[in-house]
Amino acid sequence: MSVEFSFLLVQALSGLASASSLFIIASGLTLVFGVTRIVNFAHGSFYMLGAYVAVTIVPWLLQIERSPTLFFVGVLISACVVGVLGVLMEILLLRRIYKVPELFQLLATFGVVLMVQDAVLHIWGPVDIAGPRAPGLRHGVMILDQRFPAYELFLICAGPVVLGLLWLLMHKTRFGVLLRAATRDRDMVGALGVNQALLFTGTLFLGAFLAGLGGALQIPRVSASAQMDLSIITEAFVVTVIGGMGSIGGAFLAALLIGQLQAFGVLIFPKITLVLVFLLMALVLVVKPWGLLGRPEAAPVSAMPEGIASPRRFRAFEKLLLVLALLVAAMLPLFGDAYAVKVATEVLIFALAAFSLNFLVGNGGIVSFGHAAYFGLGAYASGLLVTKLGMPMEPALIAAPLAGGFFAALFGFFIVRLQGIYLAMLTLAFAQIAYAVCFQWVEVTGGDNGIVGVWPAPWVASRIAYHYLVLVVAVLGIFALRHVIYAPFGASLRAARDSAARAEAIGIDVRAHRWLGFTIAGAAAGLAGGLYAFSKGSIDPTLLGIPLSVDFLAMILLGGMQSVMGPVLGAAAFHSIKDVFMPLTDHWRFFLGASIIALVLIFPRGLGGAYASLRARFAGGAP
Amino acid sequence: MADTVLEVEGLRAGYGPAEILFGISLKLARGEVAALMGRNGAGKSTTLKAIMGLLPPRAGQVRFAGQEIAGLPAFRIARLGLGYVPEDRRVFTDLTVAENLEVGRRAARGHAAWTPERLFEIFPNLAAMRGRRAAAMSGGEQQMLAIARTLMGNPEAVLLDEPSEGLAPVILELMADAVLRMKREGIAVLLSEQNFDFAAAVADRAYVIERGEIRYDGSMAALDADPALRAQHLAL
Amino acid sequence: MTLLAVEKLNKKFGGVVAARDVSFSLEVGQMLAMIGPNGAGKSTSFNMVGGQLRPDSGRVMLEGQDITGLPPRAICRLGVGRSFQVAQTFLSMSVLENLQMALIAHAERTRDMLARADALFRDEALELLDQLGMADAAARPMNTLAYGDVKRVELAIALAGKPRLLLMDEPTAGMAPGERAALMRLVAGIARRAAIGVLYTEHDMDSVFAHADRILVLVRGEIIAAGTPEEVRANPEVQRVYLGTSGLRAALRARATAHG
Repeated sequence: MSVEFSFLLVQALSGLASASSLFIIASGLTLVFGVTRIVNFAHGSFYMLGAYVAVTIVPWLLQIERSPTLFFVGVLISACVVGVLGVLMEILLLRRIYKVPELFQLLATFGVVLMVQDAVLHIWGPVDIAGPRAPGLRHGVMILDQRFPAYELFLICAGPVVLGLLWLLMHKTRFGVLLRAATRDRDMVGALGVNQALLFTGTLFLGAFLAGLGGALQIPRVSASAQMDLSIITEAFVVTVIGGMGSIGGAFLAALLIGQLQAFGVLIFPKITLVLVFLLMALVLVVKPWGLLGRPEAAPVSAMPEGIASPRRFRAFEKLLLVLALLVAAMLPLFGDAYAVKVATEVLIFALAAFSLNFLVGNGGIVSFGHAAYFGLGAYASGLLVTKLGMPMEPALIAAPLAGGFFAALFGFFIVRLQGIYLAMLTLAFAQIAYAVCFQWVEVTGGDNGIVGVWPAPWVASRIAYHYLVLVVAVLGIFALRHVIYAPFGASLRAARDSAARAEAIGIDVRAHRWLGFTIAGAAAGLAGGLYAFSKGSIDPTLLGIPLSVDFLAMILLGGMQSVMGPVLGAAAFHSIKDVFMPLTDHWRFFLGASIIALVLIFPRGLGGAYASLRARFAGGAP
Repeated sequence: MADTVLEVEGLRAGYGPAEILFGISLKLARGEVAALMGRNGAGKSTTLKAIMGLLPPRAGQVRFAGQEIAGLPAFRIARLGLGYVPEDRRVFTDLTVAENLEVGRRAARGHAAWTPERLFEIFPNLAAMRGRRAAAMSGGEQQMLAIARTLMGNPEAVLLDEPSEGLAPVILELMADAVLRMKREGIAVLLSEQNFDFAAAVADRAYVIERGEIRYDGSMAALDADPALRAQHLAL
Repeated sequence: MTLLAVEKLNKKFGGVVAARDVSFSLEVGQMLAMIGPNGAGKSTSFNMVGGQLRPDSGRVMLEGQDITGLPPRAICRLGVGRSFQVAQTFLSMSVLENLQMALIAHAERTRDMLARADALFRDEALELLDQLGMADAAARPMNTLAYGDVKRVELAIALAGKPRLLLMDEPTAGMAPGERAALMRLVAGIARRAAIGVLYTEHDMDSVFAHADRILVLVRGEIIAAGTPEEVRANPEVQRVYLGTSGLRAALRARATAHG
């Protein structure tokens, strides 16, 4: 009995330790969101940088003297360095995007994530770096009959201490009072003479400082690695969303909940601890759409929506272009080499996936940050049916859109209940659930390695034959979706996007229509995923990952989300560029990130937009 | 006019495609209280917001203390010494009374600075609730806090949007006292008002605004003394 | 014939009473205006009829059918069209497409994935636009229209559902003075011709007194007066509220001079 109790106690304590760490990181994220209204993907990068700076500085300091003081001085210096980086990000980037739609903000900060990843690889190399242990806290403490690391006990205290210090900062300093005021009503703070720009810069320092502190404090526990950023950022998102975005107290509560859920969940469902966390988030959002302690966001003012306006039919010239493009795709095997055919096949598949995403984002105003989930689930459905059940390719390929559609319907049921940033966060969370299942359920999915041997049927076994299959299916898929955009259903989605109040007032059930739209897009993405699985011959969890979701978003951004066919153009451009650049440079992530930021800042209407304005100029010149 | 602190000429503004103001012109002399009257929807609040830079003016000039301020961001205008008390008060509900005042604090220009203690003399009931969160205050108390918060910025002139709205009669008297006290301190006040009695009790000058245009511009006493004139502009 | 009967609606937000025992009725073809100072509860009562808000108690009856607490889309299908204080239209579409969308929704074909939306109900849409004098603007993108025209299109959208009752929340707000009278004349004409009942809130007193058959005056969530324009204009209580004379004045003056 006592053994069991002490075991549970230690489990609860380790839950508290991870809750503490999580809170320190998430408090910065929620603070930055509260004041600037920007969801900062790069917060995970700050965390990672905190760890890397610390594993560089702290050992150097400890060489002077192995004292606990110097260890913590090193940790604080690291956090300050990261805070300064946060200031740089605010001045160079965030300041320019406070007023742009949230999708663009998310993408721009993700661009920073990519750039930082490459910078870290460049500076510190690809090998994980283990940090020094904290002097004076290296021993274990006996708790009943269990040994518990002293550093974990220290971490348990660190969370509440940070909470306390934040409380003091927020209540006892002018800066803190201004921050709290700005979190509630930024414009009123401005009308009282406070320069918001300075306030925002200060907020970013504090937010990045906290992320860096969280990262630096981790070095005795985990090695600094270039994958830390994305794993922590999703957890931090979950904490802030569950707690209510902008609420520090809510973040503390949510971190406690999640820490315990993970600590005990691992005992009961060792395979699906990540799933539990995201399920908790989905559950909380269904009951409290603004999180535990969050407050409703003000409804957005009616403005010209970002996305597809009245879609128009092809002009003669465009029909010609289209026929030409189809011809090139069809003739490619005759003049291109095997590599060109492979790239063309992938472009077609991604074009379908990107088109289905823009069906949601551009046509429906539903910003999905996890569209790769449905792509990946389609791929897994096909792959598993072929390899595990020995099914032939044809039915397995039909299962792909069914799987994508089924899960889109399941997740979409919850997703379409939310709005704005909470909606985007929930799409991300569901995508991470799907990712976690594929990653953790090793017996079935092969885990991280995935499954190989997903080969197409004999009649399309050759690259060229498969290219033609993809050509037919992807083009049919794209044109079917395109038709829906022009049909009453597509128009209804645009109507609901433009004005939900007006749509309801003319009798449209907005939620039901958005749900159906989400399902259709998921099915199309699933079909693309199925095609991709057979073209690669394998499946693995990256097919559901955030980076692929962001790739899809970058494709529609590049193509222009206000244009119907833009995503096809964007997919072709994006994938070709990536394919050409990736082998040329070790720093393709850096360039990708920089390009995404550049797109958001200077080219927000994409290639489609550039084409439209070019056309308008010519039309203006020669009426 | 040397003693004009605020001068507005041909001000136009609106929200999105909606146009609200069709060329507002008015003047506020140093130390004067002027009332901007008119029915709701006439454009009173929009006028004050456009002057304050909370709503970008589409045309027209706004001069404050000799400087053109149309198009400046609100915080710059506030720093020049123009205070603003919004219609719905917009006190920071999560913050205490003392913290709300702290947000408004700005260094004084030349004259004696407002302090919480001096403000508590004018608004005695705020003194007792320094540590109370604004969310737990009544509408009247919030209105006083909103005015006190603006005074903490040591403004030369204050835009006061519907100070009497939704207030009980007893509080109304306190509010009128506060406006007159501001006047005695040399602060010019432009207030928008629907309650004629309140306006008549505090204001020297009256403007009547209707459908985004000024329809009456004259002394408050004249408007007050002439029921026919009043009925013409303000009655149903 | 009674088109709309509102019976003892109550609504509180927190501790604030936004509607107290609000009761009124509206006959077919009648225009009923709801006026009152800011915060009087006009929008609250209005939104309880339109389904945007659910009353704490009381009933809303449309031609004898209880519609209390139904969602807006259900109320729309029962023959209630509405316009919003800030016009709500589909800004990304052309004027014609806005009308086509409304007609598609009225025909319950919004889930149709086969037809081409731009080929549906063109003639009906043009006819509606013609009624409102907007046929020339049919092809223009919605976001290029002047606000007065946006309001007209919104009215056309509301009429596309062949409503028996039209709810208009401040129909002339945000319009240039010259356009207001024209819009209200248009509404009044349509209401009489098509025997539609119109319930509207309004700040612009000219619109109210020129076109309303009956007027309700709300103050602090309660109806303090109801009747024809003449009756309401003559009501001393209403005069007091609108002129802002509250009896406090003498006291204020006295204090002011005492201080001064």
